[in-house]
Amino acid sequence: MKTLFFLLLATPLFISCNNDNSDTLNSVNINFKFSQNWDGVQVTNADFNNTIYVNEMGRELNISRMRYLLSRFTLTNQNGDVFSTNQFNLVDMANNATLTFNSDLIVPEGTYTLSFIYGFNQEDNIDGAYPILNSASWNWPESLGGGYHFMQYEGSYDVNTEPKPYNLHNGTARVSEGVFEQNFVTITLTNPLVITTGNEIEIKMDIAEWFKNPDLWDLDLYNVTLMPNYAAQKLMQRNTSGVFSATIN
Amino acid sequence: MNTRFSLYGFLLLLSISSCSTSENTDEIFAATPLDLEIPQLFQDRILPPITSPTNPQSVEGVALGRKLFFDPILSGNGTQACASCHNPQNAFSDEQRFSVGIDGSIGTRNSMPLHNLAWNYNQKFFWDGRAVTLEEQIFAPVTNPIEMNNTWPNAVASLQSQSTYPELFRDAFGTTTIDSVLVSKAIAQFLRTLISANSRFDRHLMGENILTPQELNGIEVFMNESKGDCFHCHGNPFNPLWTDNTFHNNGLDETFADLGLGNVTGDPRDNGRFKAPSLRNLAYTAPYMHDGRFATLDEVINHYSEGLVFSETIDPLMKTVAQGGVHISESDKADLKAFLLSLSDESFINNSNFQDPN
Repeated sequence: MKTLFFLLLATPLFISCNNDNSDTLNSVNINFKFSQNWDGVQVTNADFNNTIYVNEMGRELNISRMRYLLSRFTLTNQNGDVFSTNQFNLVDMANNATLTFNSDLIVPEGTYTLSFIYGFNQEDNIDGAYPILNSASWNWPESLGGGYHFMQYEGSYDVNTEPKPYNLHNGTARVSEGVFEQNFVTITLTNPLVITTGNEIEIKMDIAEWFKNPDLWDLDLYNVTLMPNYAAQKLMQRNTSGVFSATIN
Repeated sequence: MNTRFSLYGFLLLLSISSCSTSENTDEIFAATPLDLEIPQLFQDRILPPITSPTNPQSVEGVALGRKLFFDPILSGNGTQACASCHNPQNAFSDEQRFSVGIDGSIGTRNSMPLHNLAWNYNQKFFWDGRAVTLEEQIFAPVTNPIEMNNTWPNAVASLQSQSTYPELFRDAFGTTTIDSVLVSKAIAQFLRTLISANSRFDRHLMGENILTPQELNGIEVFMNESKGDCFHCHGNPFNPLWTDNTFHNNGLDETFADLGLGNVTGDPRDNGRFKAPSLRNLAYTAPYMHDGRFATLDEVINHYSEGLVFSETIDPLMKTVAQGGVHISESDKADLKAFLLSLSDESFINNSNFQDPN
């Protein structure tokens, strides 16, 4: 009985503590927006098979499809407190509904840095585990390590001369038959994001970066059938380095 | 006098009320809810089906839709039913390349098979995606001059004059007053029940049978980007719909006699793009492609292996177009065909619930 009485007394104290925190710092439910650009010029699905871009090696190309998977969004404040979600979002530029994502991440107002995983980490990249991704035919073949694609980026190059297709499909890298190498990337963006109620985080993909940073991408060498190509898979992994950035809107 | 007038007035009111109840709206109407029977395989692997919030499935609605589907009463001269071009034995497609309308007119596209339509997540129907709901799709063939060539007022009048249909509509929708919307709703309810998930390959996925070595190599060819590379457009074992339900130019022609999706959107970038059909039930759905140009599965496989041709809107997934195709070996072709045929579901085409009830 005494224990029960103590608990009854103590409970409001804990509630009171929580209320004190929320009085001083509003909690913000984090919403994400996803945008794409080519060297800073916005790219939308209206540009598909329409706008011609020139990559770092001077090849003229267009874009016909761009889908990519981001997961485990994490915000870290200046005290080192970490707020993370194990959710994921499949961005499909052809489907505007996927260009925003209302996460379950709730953080106090403040200044944060953002990190997330491009693709799935090994723990999450489970063959066939996610009906929403299966329904989008996002699976990565079992013979290549299984799990899911990280990106499907397609189009044509040399579009004004002799058009040829390119398919930059990225996922688990196959070293040799039955031997696979994880290929996800933890993207850590160091610029401070000041989060207050009502704003959203915009994650930007610079598509041109896939072709240049740090490695130049030679479309004569790597164009199609890249899924079983170990070198191409690792090249895509490395070239994520300059692809993503984030701002607060 | 005043009392008598009031009494007559009350009786008149009662009479009107009574007529309304018996002929239009059943005050205690409640159709029997009917959930779709979602196969375990689909429950485990893909998103739930899409049903209509304004057209809930019911026992009576499905039964009415089934009767309508098989009844030639909807056609202009009473000779052709939906099932005439969507035969259950052909997985609800037509074995002819182009279906023939009531006046002998010949269409320009092959009749699409009908199965697992509730899992069409992007809700675009027909080869060219011009209908955005299943209910909308059903409107088209009735009035198409080269198909059933009827008018909706005439079709509705024919149904209304029958002794059984008004009662069946009352049972399904609470009214004996038939209209085209209710006809389309009933048929859509029936079509949503056409679920196919019991092929040899389905049972393999459920651990209930073993595939042949040829079939197993066939799925490897299907899933191998260096060989068949079929999976980017036609699903995979975790997406057993065997279609991505989107639109592709798969390298059939250099120029287009039929613009497909481009004719719907008006966007030249969509010219020559057609919906990727499901690969289920291929054993029953020949001929193949939107225009039925290929009589056999061998011809289809040969097209992707050696027959691709370039056009401006060709899908980049047709990655070996410069070489004419993926050039798989004859052995791999045979194995791929064996696997594709393992997606055929005999229990679906013979399901007694899907046959003519009339």
